[in-house]
Amino acid sequence: MSLSDFLHMGGYAGYLWPAFGLTLFVLVYNIWSARRSLAEARRAAARRIQMEENRS
Amino acid sequence: MATWTWFHKLASPPHFYRIAGMLMPWFAWPAAILIIAALYGGLVLAPPDYQQGEGFRMVYVHAPSAWMSMFIYATMAIASAIALIWRMKLAHAVAAAAAPVGAWFTFAALATGSLWGKPMWGTWWVWDARLTSELILLFLYLGFMALRSSIEDPQRADRASAVLAVVGVINLPIIHYSVYWWNTLHQGATITKIGKPSITMDMLWPLLAMMLGFTLYFGAVLMIRLRAEVIRRERNAAWLREELAR
Repeated sequence: MSLSDFLHMGGYAGYLWPAFGLTLFVLVYNIWSARRSLAEARRAAARRIQMEENRS
Repeated sequence: MATWTWFHKLASPPHFYRIAGMLMPWFAWPAAILIIAALYGGLVLAPPDYQQGEGFRMVYVHAPSAWMSMFIYATMAIASAIALIWRMKLAHAVAAAAAPVGAWFTFAALATGSLWGKPMWGTWWVWDARLTSELILLFLYLGFMALRSSIEDPQRADRASAVLAVVGVINLPIIHYSVYWWNTLHQGATITKIGKPSITMDMLWPLLAMMLGFTLYFGAVLMIRLRAEVIRRERNAAWLREELAR
């Protein structure tokens, strides 16, 4: 099987590759978004602690 | 007695924060390996289907996404029930952390299903039982998240969204059995049929590997999101100062 045959996917390329691409995007995006959420939570907590220390 | 002590220790924020961080790579690496192996097995090694040709390969992203959409909802509903019954804050955090991931997988299941439906059924969408109940699942996730963000008091947001998650669990058996209860375009179960699965090993193992890979992937994302939830819920404890100073 040649590479172009593989990419052609028996005529289903236009459906299969977008579906695989979309699923891959969902996997990558959710890792990224979770890590960003953790970094934001840490920054917000650090600010909160800083403010409380300044007050006392 | 010992179990209870262990359980309470696990559920204490500093302890849990550390454990979640330690567990994360143990979910993430096996998930990555399984997903890559399943991609190779599904796209290259598995033979074409006798009816659908190469088009059947859609199953390797569609079925695992659909499985995750339901698995994550079940996780959310069970966590919510535990949180309501035993007033466990950590269980509320699990439900809150799981919801966005579940919503994304539900979207992926619907979108890949649509891309599969077009060449096989000749339509992107039909209002049949399986598709409609899966769409309702997406609305349940979105409703859960909207409800949380619309209530300012965190404890009330936890309780209200937990009730919604528990009530919505009724949709899971409806999704699963929809293909038997109603006449639908959607095909029946491939793996979980009584007796032998109706699929050859070459086709089956990449599917199972992908489903397990996605499930472990969810574990990894959940650990990261749970750490964020634990920090957000913690009010100025000494451990948090220490942790953030690192």
